[in-house]
Amino acid sequence: MTSIRLVRDDLRPPGPPPRRHLLSVSDLTRDDVQRLLGTARTFESALDREVKKLPTLKGRLVVNLFYEASTRTSSSFELAAKRLSADTLTIKSAGSSVDKGESLKDTAQTLGAYDPDVIVIRHPQIGAPQLVARVTDAHVVNAGDGKHQHPTQALLDLYTMQQEFDRLEGLHVAVVGDVLHSRVARSLLQAFALVGIRCTLVGPPALLPRGLDAEMTTDIGVIRDADVVYVLRMQQERMEAGANYVPSLREYAARWGVTPDRLRPGQKVMHPGPMNRGVEIDPRVADSVDALVETQVRSGLVIRMAVLYDVLTGGPVGVRALAAAEVA
Amino acid sequence: MLYTKDRPGESIVVRGARVLDPVEGIDAVLDVRIDDGAIAAIGEQLDTNEHRVVDGAGLVLAPAFVDPHVHLRTPGREDEETIASGTQAAAAGGFCVILAMPNTDPVVDSAATLGALVEAAGREAEIAVGFLAAITRGQRGEELTEMAELADAGAVAFSDDGVPVASAGMMRRALQYSSITGRKLALHCEERSLSHDGHVHEGAVAAELGFAGYPSVAESVMVERDLALAAYEGQPIHLLHLSSAESVAALRRARAAGVAVTAEVTPHHLVLTDDVVRSLDPNVKMNPPLRAELDRAALLDALRDGTIESIATDHAPHALHEKDVPFEAAPFGVTGLETAFAVLYTRLVQPGLLPLATLVERMTAGPARAFGLDRPRVAVGAAANLVLLDLEREWDVDVQSFRSRSRNSWLLGERLTGVVAMTIAGGAVAFEA
Repeated sequence: MTSIRLVRDDLRPPGPPPRRHLLSVSDLTRDDVQRLLGTARTFESALDREVKKLPTLKGRLVVNLFYEASTRTSSSFELAAKRLSADTLTIKSAGSSVDKGESLKDTAQTLGAYDPDVIVIRHPQIGAPQLVARVTDAHVVNAGDGKHQHPTQALLDLYTMQQEFDRLEGLHVAVVGDVLHSRVARSLLQAFALVGIRCTLVGPPALLPRGLDAEMTTDIGVIRDADVVYVLRMQQERMEAGANYVPSLREYAARWGVTPDRLRPGQKVMHPGPMNRGVEIDPRVADSVDALVETQVRSGLVIRMAVLYDVLTGGPVGVRALAAAEVA
Repeated sequence: MLYTKDRPGESIVVRGARVLDPVEGIDAVLDVRIDDGAIAAIGEQLDTNEHRVVDGAGLVLAPAFVDPHVHLRTPGREDEETIASGTQAAAAGGFCVILAMPNTDPVVDSAATLGALVEAAGREAEIAVGFLAAITRGQRGEELTEMAELADAGAVAFSDDGVPVASAGMMRRALQYSSITGRKLALHCEERSLSHDGHVHEGAVAAELGFAGYPSVAESVMVERDLALAAYEGQPIHLLHLSSAESVAALRRARAAGVAVTAEVTPHHLVLTDDVVRSLDPNVKMNPPLRAELDRAALLDALRDGTIESIATDHAPHALHEKDVPFEAAPFGVTGLETAFAVLYTRLVQPGLLPLATLVERMTAGPARAFGLDRPRVAVGAAANLVLLDLEREWDVDVQSFRSRSRNSWLLGERLTGVVAMTIAGGAVAFEA
């Protein structure tokens, strides 16, 4: 079959730039991270105003497609889109046609028919965001895929640390707990490498992934040396019966629980939530002034605003660019 | 033991090809004359005897290939492959014999199911097919199949491929009983309590991507167990699709100790490592998984020195919609019949990592010997099982190029060198480019 060409290919105007996604921290450069953190800061100052809504993404459609239970991530993406005046559509797997056995590909294409600008997806399987990027024309943001990646979590954690310490390079973070099943840990590790944060992974032997290129130890004593102790959720829902990663949660709490006596006074503690108080984190630590958990949640909102803005505009953003967008 | 549709032997003269049969010790530009399906003469300037003349100038004429490990998905998943489409794909890949695995739906564990396949092959098979029957009923690992009856009905060997025989006691009974049939056990070695929900080789890539690891020892501890049992019972075994350096080491030790063991390796385990899994392309998901570079190197060494004597495609067709899902949800397996020779020629022979003669031997005599089949050969009096190869021509692997009903090839979009110009199987032309 021959197709009639009215314009020679080399005479065509250049096409649109490639779609921008945020599928994995490994897709980002150090400059990308700095830009995103900068944009988030700009948005944060805007949120101090009395009227918190910005017209930046007016007329854009952001679809949130959540195949896994989530409170903070889904609410923060939805609010981020709304604060930027985008239209939002939130689909949760329960009660949707996913319940009727529709494949991810079909669901994505169905939603793709509304021409969304961004699809935010959380899915229990590794590679789901890549599939959505393949079968739709939307910019895709990964809000967590299986045990693989959770890039916006890593960015909001960097943002939180920068707010707290006024720098990132040279910090030392001890990440404690179930590293094996943690997409947060995997994204953090890549993000830390990008900005020059030293990272030590601490946990029971079977929960430290074999072959990971990282500093790893089973000795909880080392967390005292870190600037930040980052506590991972003990993923009980991923612990199949009889897997024997640890003998019991009780023994885990006794050996690796982050308790006041294992910390230096004033040492900062972070947790991506939701917390299992009394398992990976002692309630006294969770409630102390040195726990940055609520700051993390607030950072989540501005980071997700920055990510939505960034995938749609694709350029470096300063205050000037933002102001121009507001006028438009 | 091998079944194909009835076709009259053809009379052909292949003129001036480089005739290569490493076992017969031939590597020279010669004519080959086939009379009524049998090789009648090999020499220079042969009379054509009014036969069809095929110009072999610039081409290689070799024994056609034998694939000991193919999934024809029949019965049960004829949407993915049939005996007709699978054997057409095999013919296009230069094969004259393939062996089909019994992990179908229903499993080939009774003479009735096997009989239906044998009958269908007699109607549909473009090239010769041999069928393996299951070791245990339903491949459940609990009760032996009626191996004597299955052997009488035509089973070429026994295998629970796709699942390991978990119990050592069951494996021992299978070795004991199969001895009366003169047929081998072909073993899928996997310790499920180590591999359980693993999708990717346990190593740096799985750790980085967050996959549950499927460690190489999940294979090698089972290889060691089965070698120990085979040695104890004095029975020969065949190890399917080896993937790890530890397994190769175990195989070498068993060989040196005199255990009657043969083994195979797939093209993908010879040329890929787990590095490619970073793409999250479901078409690089297979069982056993792609492993580390040191594993790949050990497999290639073993293939080169003959410790592993067979190349097997483990051709595993899957429906498009089943692979069009996130990596983690995708089934294991890739197709391979139509690309096996070209990818190994391009990635191993051309760069000088494997001699062409060795590749041909491991795709013909090696697997034939492992399963007690007649070796395809270029010799006067032998049935014509020949492949004509154009080693100069390049081709692009695309969906259109497949005769298989499935297209889950990891090579889509790749450019390969080496084209099968013609396959003569059982004296008849089974494929012509």
